[in-house]
Amino acid sequence: MIAVIDYDMGNIRSLGYALQRLGADWKLTSDASEILSASHVILPGVGNAAEAMNNLKRLHLPELIWKIRRPVLGICVGMQVMCRHSEEGDAECMGIFDAKVKRFKETTGVKVPNMGWSPLANMESKLFKGIKSGEYAYFVHSYYAPLCPDTIATSRHPDLFSASLKYENFYGCQFHPEKSGEAGERILDNFLKF
Amino acid sequence: MPAKRIIPCLDVKDGRTVKGINFEGLADVGDPVELGARYASAGADELVYLDISASKEGRHTFTELVGRIAARINIPFTVGGGISSVEDAARLLDAGADKITINSAAVANPDLITQISSRYGRQFVVVAIDAKLVDGTWRVTTHGGSRLTGLELFAWAREVEKRGAGEIMFTSMDHDGTRHGYPCETFARLCDSLSIPVIASGGAGSAEDIADVLSKGKADAALAASIFHYCEITIPELKEKLHEAGISVRR
Repeated sequence: MIAVIDYDMGNIRSLGYALQRLGADWKLTSDASEILSASHVILPGVGNAAEAMNNLKRLHLPELIWKIRRPVLGICVGMQVMCRHSEEGDAECMGIFDAKVKRFKETTGVKVPNMGWSPLANMESKLFKGIKSGEYAYFVHSYYAPLCPDTIATSRHPDLFSASLKYENFYGCQFHPEKSGEAGERILDNFLKF
Repeated sequence: MPAKRIIPCLDVKDGRTVKGINFEGLADVGDPVELGARYASAGADELVYLDISASKEGRHTFTELVGRIAARINIPFTVGGGISSVEDAARLLDAGADKITINSAAVANPDLITQISSRYGRQFVVVAIDAKLVDGTWRVTTHGGSRLTGLELFAWAREVEKRGAGEIMFTSMDHDGTRHGYPCETFARLCDSLSIPVIASGGAGSAEDIADVLSKGKADAALAASIFHYCEITIPELKEKLHEAGISVRR
């Protein structure tokens, strides 16, 4: 069973449907024993990082997530709260990934949020098995994790940032694999096969 | 910079896809879920579904349809038509829509943009603006271009952005349905005056028109219906042409 962590952050319906299309058995939960016994754990997230951290803390989830030994995937804000800190609401985050999340700067020709399809590059993980460099993924975000030792894929807006992070059994995607067409489904499927 | 997006638009009435040609002579071009899945696998970057049902039953059918679309489609999709309250938006979000688009309701009640955006995020709100050139001024219209408002296009677009819209979809009612291309200078001026993405709608008759609005017109995305529905050009062919024209697209 795949546990999708329930912490009142955004609409997880499209993630649920994507898991369903891949034939996965999943459950939305914030229950500690269900999360710890799941084969895979997904931390989704749409919205504000500071609010996301507050919700996680209220449910005593940060310390629980640290204990998980099975593969964990944070998506979008879910990935950002697994970093050390976020500029969004000056939030102290979980510190799994060694990165401090920053806001994109609006300059000429650079729109914030970064919304749309951007190519992935520098992929260095089994998470991207079968995905060729330059394959596009769907991003919607105003904050980003800079490049760091945990970076396993990059994208640009216009400078390089971390499209994906990994530390031990913890993975993060800044893009939305559930909305990234066939490539996104492949990435989710690779994760589910860990 | 993300790739320029190609967005097929599907008009839906009572759960079936239709396309108005100059708002008359509606022709059934199939099942919305199947058609959308076909576009997604052909390389569409997003989809827009507009509910043109007038009845309450039609609206209910549309909400159910949104759930079926979300279950099947693996790319982002926007839904619109008849959204006039936060509750309408919430219902479509719950059904699985990634974004909603509002038009006349935003003009009638600009605070609706603020309310939906602050509750569900900027990325969820696409404001559609229809305008036409009247005595040298781009005037905003509602109800499919039939009603002229006192709003001026550029001022309204800036207000819409300030109120929390994530994207603007602009249609020139002078060009919509003509298939003679877009007003590229107006698009370029609009894009330069905003920091949110602009989707060009209404007027595409050829790949060249789309290339023009994405390059000269500086638009971030192009929405089109009939040129896809009637298979005049396929999405891979269009993207190939855009790529040849030096435009960054997802292929």
